[in-house]
Amino acid sequence: MARMKFICDAERCIECNGCVTACKAENDVPWGVNRRRVVTLDDGVPGEKSISVACMHCSDAPCMAVCPVDCFYRTDEGVVLHDKDTCIGCGYCSYACPFGAPQFPSNGTFGMRGKMDKCTFCAGGPEANGSAAENEKYGRNRLAEGKLPACAEMCSTKALLGGDGDVVADIFRNRVMMRGKGSEVWGWGTAYGKPAGGEVKR
Amino acid sequence: MALQTWRVVGLVALGLVVGACGEKPQEGKARKSDVSAYQGGGSSDVAPGWKSGDAASWEAQMKSRAQYGQNEYTRSSAP
Repeated sequence: MARMKFICDAERCIECNGCVTACKAENDVPWGVNRRRVVTLDDGVPGEKSISVACMHCSDAPCMAVCPVDCFYRTDEGVVLHDKDTCIGCGYCSYACPFGAPQFPSNGTFGMRGKMDKCTFCAGGPEANGSAAENEKYGRNRLAEGKLPACAEMCSTKALLGGDGDVVADIFRNRVMMRGKGSEVWGWGTAYGKPAGGEVKR
Repeated sequence: MALQTWRVVGLVALGLVVGACGEKPQEGKARKSDVSAYQGGGSSDVAPGWKSGDAASWEAQMKSRAQYGQNEYTRSSAP
């Protein structure tokens, strides 16, 4: 089965935030939650690098490991999703995630966190595919429509690649070969593990 | 009993009734099961080129969409 992954090519990202806007619009993300955000290192300095960050749908997800009510699950495609009806809003997943993906809406009364919300790889959640309930809780289910996540498809420079891990890795490898630099993929080792022996595959 | 005492009893009873009405069952909810993406769904805006329920055609659709949409080297002849 296809193993879904994200890669953000820091050499191409121009910090346009098109991915952020696409995600917010496609999934009707609540106030205070940024499922996807662009992080810029050395902002304003020539040579700044930007990278689009959201849930990486890790192979060994720390959020899933720490959840006290076991509301997380991984689909056959490797997408890490959760059940908002089971979630108790404890925030453990938010603390555990190295990418800051699980977030909580800011409009709760008296500082109540509410249910955790995060990037779903546009794969919805544990409701009927394409149903109103799924759309309301988790946003659009683009995978069930035969499409890829809105952020990757809307990226203006194709810095953000999303889809079958073999395909996106091949696309990225081809780019690195063509331009001769920029082979590091930030977050890849953290999310998906390093190859055996510590060697970087080319 | 004095009227004042009855008033106190009445207020306490009212408080208990109102509080009980707001009680929600506290049993934990087990995680629901999910349907695979290749099964398709109730959306009317489905991309063409694959068959709902056919995992192989869905995977092929995902791969070709990624190659066509995100890899400009397959579409341009320039190095």
